[in-house]
Amino acid sequence: MSQNRLWLWLPLALFAFFAGLAGYMLTQEKDQFVESTMIGEPLPEFALEPAFGGLPGAARSDFVGGKPRLLNIWASWCLPCIAEAPQLEALKAQGVEIIGIAIRDRPEDVANFLGQYGNPYTRIGSDRISEVQLAIGSSGVPETFVIDAKGVIRYQHIGDIREDDVPVLLAELEKAQ
Amino acid sequence: MIRVMLVLLAALMALPVAAQDSMPPAPYAYNQLEDPAMEAEAAALMATLRCLKCQSQSIADSDAPMAGDMRHQVRSRILAGESPAEIRAWLIARYGDYVSYEPTVSASTWPLFAVPVLVILIGAGVLLRRLGKRRSDAGDAA
Repeated sequence: MSQNRLWLWLPLALFAFFAGLAGYMLTQEKDQFVESTMIGEPLPEFALEPAFGGLPGAARSDFVGGKPRLLNIWASWCLPCIAEAPQLEALKAQGVEIIGIAIRDRPEDVANFLGQYGNPYTRIGSDRISEVQLAIGSSGVPETFVIDAKGVIRYQHIGDIREDDVPVLLAELEKAQ
Repeated sequence: MIRVMLVLLAALMALPVAAQDSMPPAPYAYNQLEDPAMEAEAAALMATLRCLKCQSQSIADSDAPMAGDMRHQVRSRILAGESPAEIRAWLIARYGDYVSYEPTVSASTWPLFAVPVLVILIGAGVLLRRLGKRRSDAGDAA
């Protein structure tokens, strides 16, 4: 009989376990990043108009041949992009070619941004409807992809590039050789 | 007095918060397809795709610029003759299952489908045993 009684507590114990689990999960930080599942896949075909008068536009063919490159998804209206501008300059100083894709941007805003925060790019394509962004599985600005010389996506960095991300990106570029 | 009230009311009105960007939305972000059957297909699909910027909303529900650009992709692909299943697969190839609200059976989700069936079977088993017992009890009494 007493053994049967013990069984009666099981539902309550289960409930307490799940309530505790829910309470614990509420205190845990949620990872909001949606990672691209295009790593290891070839860069999709695209050809974008220049984002402003000063630099050529960007196409898939610009990533093929030579050394691995960085594809930087950014926008002049994006505040973290200001924060990562010096780090892109640092990468450029290391001899890295950075091709930009400006999301939902205007030529005059792009020119202003580059005038104010520097221009680390060799090309910037204008993606007015986020089509290339969606095609490579990027879900925000800024994001940076390592593209190898065959045009294959090798690595994704989500969010602005901080000082300690620079060596990581350089190592990934090295790995993509 | 009314004038003062009107001025106060005007002051209460919220100014539009500076938008993320000032670009006009993509052509099919807010415009429906002309063919009602195609639009219905697109609408049904959009209701089951997750907005990546505002992750608790579908792209049909969200006013985020990126959700608008995703709706444009869905509508223009439907218009180009792609099936909703193909478009969903295209997005899943880029963002994983996460982008789709449509439940699928996979290595990590099968218990969600199996447990209810199991519980019903156990319940039916218990019920049958009890009913069977009662019947045999009644048979004994008779």
